Amino acid sequence: MNSVEPIIQIRDVHKHFGKVYALRGVSLDVQKGEVVVIIGPSGSGKSTLLRCINRLEEYDAGHIVVDGISLDNAKNINIVRQEIGMVFQSFNLFAHLTVLKNLVLTQRVVRKRSEEESERIALELLDKVGIQDKVAAFPIQLSGGQQQRVAIARALAMNPKIMLFDEPTSALDPEMIKEVLDVMLDLAKEGMTMIVVSHEMGFARAAADRMILIDEGQIVEEAGPEKFFTSDNERTKKFLSKVLHM
Amino acid sequence: MAEQLEPSSNGSKLLRSLGVESTMRIDPWWGLVVLVIVLIVVLCLVSTDPFWNILRFVSDGIVITVIITVSSFVLVLVLGLFGGLGRLSRNRLIYALATVYVEIVRGIPLLVQLIWWYFAFPAVISEVGGWLGITALADYKANPIAMAILGMTVCYGAYMSEIYRAGIQSIPRGQMEAARSLGMTRFQAMRHIILPQAIRVVLPPVGNEFIALLKDSSLVSVVAVTDLTRRGREYMSTHFNPIETWTMVALIYLVMTLLSARGVAWIEKRSKFER
Ligand SMILES: Nc1ncnc2c1ncn2[C@@H]1O[C@H](COP(=O)(O)OP(=O)(O)O)[C@@H](O)[C@H]1O
Ligand SMILES: [Mg+2]
Repeated sequence: MNSVEPIIQIRDVHKHFGKVYALRGVSLDVQKGEVVVIIGPSGSGKSTLLRCINRLEEYDAGHIVVDGISLDNAKNINIVRQEIGMVFQSFNLFAHLTVLKNLVLTQRVVRKRSEEESERIALELLDKVGIQDKVAAFPIQLSGGQQQRVAIARALAMNPKIMLFDEPTSALDPEMIKEVLDVMLDLAKEGMTMIVVSHEMGFARAAADRMILIDEGQIVEEAGPEKFFTSDNERTKKFLSKVLHM
Repeated sequence: MAEQLEPSSNGSKLLRSLGVESTMRIDPWWGLVVLVIVLIVVLCLVSTDPFWNILRFVSDGIVITVIITVSSFVLVLVLGLFGGLGRLSRNRLIYALATVYVEIVRGIPLLVQLIWWYFAFPAVISEVGGWLGITALADYKANPIAMAILGMTVCYGAYMSEIYRAGIQSIPRGQMEAARSLGMTRFQAMRHIILPQAIRVVLPPVGNEFIALLKDSSLVSVVAVTDLTRRGREYMSTHFNPIETWTMVALIYLVMTLLSARGVAWIEKRSKFER
């Protein structure tokens, strides 16, 4: 990484849910084109951090700047969200729309593209994620792996500069995990800026520029994958031994 | 919504959606509709006096009942949407207004509400008009049909609000989050993602509300509206044949509710095929 302005700057962000202290002063810079993989125990604040980055969650204190736009003030959120794609554990495809319409509708409504252009882009992206013959199907008729690939394509259709993945494969049957990770790996190779919450260590080794361990709302360790996987930090070692034996 | 992308569509789908199976087996519920209609026709043919005379006498009441039911229902659909969204609003004031409306209306019998709108509301207006010295208001006279539609709408709108609210809440949170994460505003997400899904959920209870409203519309006969029920009473008071009159009125209501139920079932079926 050189001295270019980071595309995501997170400074001392705190977040409470009532009495739960979910984020306890998280700071993180992500450079353009970087792939950051976040791991950590359940309930440690990984999802909350991702959701703060596109302000699905408001934070109590601290600052987040995405691509030069401050998120501290709510006015900018729709602009920023167009720059950030998010992929959820539960896919969240629009249940009443066909696969194709899932990709077309948001382009029409948010990007104001024409029907023809939206469809062209949609079909291109669906082809890229390997969904060619299911474009007229409804989400419920697709396997989990297919749904998640469609969800990735749907996010890409908005031309995001950043992609956030919140445990994208943890709701999938084992045989479908690879097809989704392969799509993500391709994206990483193309230079997409990505923050991925995942315990798929194979993916992390292959794609991550940086690994982060979060525990109890704080970043415990932050390092390149080589260093991270051979870390001396007791908490990192303990957690890694758990996920590596899953 | 997804017409041109339907996986398969053919003529038998149309027949099925009309309640006619591809084997041309008629939906048994239609049998009941036919049975009641045949019964009315037979009564009218066999004993023209009084049955045919009753039917002719109350026919303008049927029109009024239909007008009140349909116009109230259309207004209820709109008012209920505002009420339902108000009950889900994050704006405290809007939420409070919607909640107070729903709770007040649900705590008062419909008959009392109708009486209030017809007798009390115009009196309030003319008193206020008197104070302010506006003669147009002071001389205000209530139109019975307008007040009946207003009363039915305000009452059923509250129940409809709760149906809409439940329908919207039944849509998984992830749908709104996905829409928002793609850059849609709350309004766009409601309009394009949440409401189209919620409509399918609420269709059955909304249909039931229509039928309930149709039956409850008989209460407007108390507030000077010459609907089916009131016309029945007028006929009976001059001809003194309660058995025939009220049997006929009951059968006419039955035909209307049974037909509505078929209509509701048809719409439900069609919206399922759209998935
Ligand atoms: N909407 C919410 N309301 C209340 N508590 C929440 C909410 N979202 C998350 N939390 C709490 O915040 C903490 C962090 O949650 P989360 O970020 O989802 O963890 P992770 O994704 O690492 O499993 C947990 O204790 C969780 O129960
Ligand atoms: Mg999580």
